[in-house]
Amino acid sequence: MNAATSGAVTTAKLHIQNLHAYYGESHILHGLSLIVRQGELVTLLGRNGAGRTTALRAIMNMVGRRIGTILINGVETLSMPAHRIAHLGVGYCPEERGIFASLTVEENLLLPPAIQPGGMSVDEIYTMFPNLAERRRSQGTRLSGGEQQMLALARILRTGADILLLDEITEGLAPVIVRRLAEVLEQLKRRGLTILLVEQNFRFAAPLADRHYLLEHGRIVEEVFAHELDTKSSMLNAYLGV
Amino acid sequence: MSIFPEINLFGLFSQLLVGMINGSFYALLSLGLAIIFGLLRIINFAQGAFYMLGAFGAWLSLQFLGLNYWWALLLVPVGVGLLGTLLERTLIRRISGEGELYSLLLTFGVALIVQGLFSKWFGVSGLPYQVPELLQGGIRLPVMYLPTYRVWILLLSLGVCLAAWLLIERTRLGSYLRAGTENPQLMKAFGINVPLIVTLTYSFGVALAGLAGVLAAPVYSVSPLMGSNILIVVFAIVVIGSMGSIGGAILTGLGMGVIEGLTKYFYPEASATVIFLVMVLVLIFKPAGLFARAA
Ligand SMILES: Nc1ncnc2c1ncn2[C@@H]1O[C@H](COP(=O)(O)OP(=O)(O)O)[C@@H](O)[C@H]1O
Ligand SMILES: [Mg+2]
Repeated sequence: MNAATSGAVTTAKLHIQNLHAYYGESHILHGLSLIVRQGELVTLLGRNGAGRTTALRAIMNMVGRRIGTILINGVETLSMPAHRIAHLGVGYCPEERGIFASLTVEENLLLPPAIQPGGMSVDEIYTMFPNLAERRRSQGTRLSGGEQQMLALARILRTGADILLLDEITEGLAPVIVRRLAEVLEQLKRRGLTILLVEQNFRFAAPLADRHYLLEHGRIVEEVFAHELDTKSSMLNAYLGV
Repeated sequence: MSIFPEINLFGLFSQLLVGMINGSFYALLSLGLAIIFGLLRIINFAQGAFYMLGAFGAWLSLQFLGLNYWWALLLVPVGVGLLGTLLERTLIRRISGEGELYSLLLTFGVALIVQGLFSKWFGVSGLPYQVPELLQGGIRLPVMYLPTYRVWILLLSLGVCLAAWLLIERTRLGSYLRAGTENPQLMKAFGINVPLIVTLTYSFGVALAGLAGVLAAPVYSVSPLMGSNILIVVFAIVVIGSMGSIGGAILTGLGMGVIEGLTKYFYPEASATVIFLVMVLVLIFKPAGLFARAA
């Protein structure tokens, strides 16, 4: 079923080649290459400190120096200022969630400007996340961890972004909320969104993803297709240390 | 028999009024500082110089362009704001991310240069500026005499402060400003042109100082040093209210003006230091400031 194995001609929404990224003097990404095609859900797996967050931040131009190639919808973005990148259709959900304390829930939701048509309406979002509707007037950071995660995700669905970069969205959340997030990601896939998912929780990611990249020391060491999970599970376990 | 003889009641209310007028200027200036510090993390020591430029702008445009007070009130803040744009784009932007001390030194240096030039050109003795005809005179109340122009200062600055507060707390542009204060990097990731917002914010904060300068021209003499005198007090006020709190800056500005006025009445010797005393107490007991937002 997935785009990469079906052999159909599909466009690369995100194409990274030989990317090096630095924080000041620390060299974090060492020649990272990956591709995510239209409608795919691809995960970036790896141990803590492997460089998964840095990879997403490098795409958003939120690190120091970068060398290499990052094509978004075929457009080279390496020399673009950070505030232009979202306008190519990218929505970013940071690991620390980034809910603003000085804004209400609804102001948080409305903060990212619409970047292209096709985003969800506020009503649709409140239908998808009824808790947020109930607490729309609360201070953003008064929400529970799970609600804050919903909000961080919801606010990029409004903008029309069709490439989502999601960083550890299940981290520290109760199983019932993790199941809810899995349902939401299923819905987003059905809508045809392209998703790059950084995940620690492999049991959450495995049934959703079309492909997995294994990241170690800032480069991709393995690519695993969904149908290969059974045969490659011992290798995966070795890399992830589970 | 009342406890206070009538003449003293008169004096008390007069000092209260003077305190509220000073408080209006404090509020306008510290509001601008708080807006700028909140988003840019810039300690804008040039705020006093922009206030002085506002007053000189009014005086110069009357002398050389024949523009009266009302035109000055409209145009000078815009002009001062544009000077702020120029300063932000050419100098301040270059040191963004270098830490607060650098911006303090840079803006302090700019302020010294501007003050020096104006002292050389116009002397330091101060130039007179007439109260506009429409606002001359006053109202005699039972307890005090209320000069119309002072009432005007109070109303206009309160109105401007309220409008600025509403703009920041209740509009979409304001939500950008508040969010940018917390996490500008994430704002950029959402596609918001943060550098543009930074320029607009700096210009707006500085334009408020320009407006205060025009308002001040008829009551204080127009002098190159008027800005440096008031700036130190205004910084104490921003520290008391909490750096970056908009509502805090406004309320503290007015409140400190009133406290200063009351001190002038009850214990004049302390009136020049009372605000600093309050600052010390606040720094000891609530170092984040009276209006620090709970995280
Ligand atoms: N702001 C930073 N400055 C310097 N080094 C950093 C910074 N953020 C992360 N690192 C380093 O980069 C490496 C990769 O971190 P990260 O991308 O967060 O890993 P992951 O998300 O896979 O856990 C780690 O060694 C981490 O210590
Ligand atoms: Mg991470």
